[in-house]
Amino acid sequence: MTEMPPAPAGSRPHGLPPRFDRPHPLAFLGWVLALAFLVAAVQGTGFSLGRLADGLPAIGRMLDRMFPPNLERLPAIGKALLVTFQMAVVGTVLGVILALPLAVLAARGLSPHPLVRHAARSLIAFFRTVPDLIWALFFVIAVGLGPFAGTLAIMIDTIGFCGRFFAEAMEEQEKGPQEALTAIGASRTGLVFSAVIPAALPSFTATSLFSLEKATRSSVILGLVGAGGIGIELKVAMDLFAYDLAATIILAIFVLVLLVEQASGALRRRLM
Amino acid sequence: MALALALPRETAAAAETAAAAEPVLRARGLHKRFGVEGPPVLDDVDLQLGRGEALALLGANGAGKSTLLRCCLRLVEPDQGRIELLGEPLTGLSRGRLRRLRARVGFVFQRHNLVPRLSALSNVLHGAQARGDGPLAWYAPTAPRRLREEALACLERVGLARFAGQRAASLSGGQSQRVAIARALMQRPELVVADEPVASLDPAAGEEVMALFVRLLREEGISLLFTSHNLRHALDHSDRLVALRAGRVELEAASADQDIERLRALYD
Repeated sequence: MTEMPPAPAGSRPHGLPPRFDRPHPLAFLGWVLALAFLVAAVQGTGFSLGRLADGLPAIGRMLDRMFPPNLERLPAIGKALLVTFQMAVVGTVLGVILALPLAVLAARGLSPHPLVRHAARSLIAFFRTVPDLIWALFFVIAVGLGPFAGTLAIMIDTIGFCGRFFAEAMEEQEKGPQEALTAIGASRTGLVFSAVIPAALPSFTATSLFSLEKATRSSVILGLVGAGGIGIELKVAMDLFAYDLAATIILAIFVLVLLVEQASGALRRRLM
Repeated sequence: MALALALPRETAAAAETAAAAEPVLRARGLHKRFGVEGPPVLDDVDLQLGRGEALALLGANGAGKSTLLRCCLRLVEPDQGRIELLGEPLTGLSRGRLRRLRARVGFVFQRHNLVPRLSALSNVLHGAQARGDGPLAWYAPTAPRRLREEALACLERVGLARFAGQRAASLSGGQSQRVAIARALMQRPELVVADEPVASLDPAAGEEVMALFVRLLREEGISLLFTSHNLRHALDHSDRLVALRAGRVELEAASADQDIERLRALYD
């Protein structure tokens, strides 16, 4: 292999480009401010590796009291776990059903009017930005303690989550089939149901399964504010320092979440 | 190059008479410009198509062919000009009337534009959407039997009845384009507009699909307006040719009076 002779100096009209672009002064200032905020945030949260190290023996003592787990209340825990999963399933299904029309109204190119689109987008954003725990508190006040309140909280959270991703999935679909149906006289509804939704269905299903995983994890926490499910069992066990019972509950939750994630992951892989 | 391709007076007159007899499409003085600057895509274009007539629209890329086709269905709004489609002026039509009018015109695209996850039969059923049979009629599993049978008959005519239940995504390019033709037939159209209908196919498949397409339309006396870069197709399958250059009509001639060599000059 022959080596290329070096190019004579000054023969190139342009030199090598710089390895990095010189940042704009405002962009540079932005980065400096972001870094300063991060440092302030670390201090503001009292983050300390020393305190964490000091606390490790306490965690050890708690783990020691957790094992072996107490299985005496296993049937009751199993029942609470089932209710938790039921909350997640019903909340997700209702949320997905309600998210679909809202997403159509929020999708660019499908919404009947820009104002409707902005209103639908704002509603979805509102549902998404308020945490599910806050929704649960509202619904506990509205319908009382128990799984119904939790189911409603999950439903609203799912509308927020799925509404956004459904709308984006519909906007990203290939425009060719939609143009073809418009050209042959299909209505907007026909367009949505015949071209857009069938094409976006794999994405809808994957999003809905993610949503079910998320809802399963949420439904555990919602019990802490009285919105039903196994969360309340965990809170009572921790409040009574019954760590061996809490261990059983935590393991049961772990198994449920793991099973849902595995099943959902397998289904999504089949769809893709 | 201005009309070195002038057509013999008698044949041009004969072709014009045919188109004028009972026009299914009449466009006058169409102008279209995308954006504020730049040259117009269509510049004072006139076009007329008679009932049962096949008209090929020729021209280099960017000459304005696809824009003209889309203007004819108001998929693109012309800036100026007047279009009459199937006897109705297109401008000022309400959304509903425009949809009903479009339903009488089949549109075959360069890429088939089928819904890939739906079956061939469901895609053909979409051709009947504007008939007002309701949402259940849009899908093969729920459509009424008479519509399913009609859709299957359309697939049979393009030789694809055995693929009726197969997803469009699993069909070859030629098969997909034939399903798109079946969808157009399902519309029971009076006019079919086709934008380079076989450009995405290999030469053999293109030849086969084009011949089938034109034969089916001729059998039923359906008018055809199509664009093509394949001059042989344009000559063989049309009664008349209209060529555009930079948005203006450069040539209008009876196909029988033209040959490939003369038409090639359009692309110089």
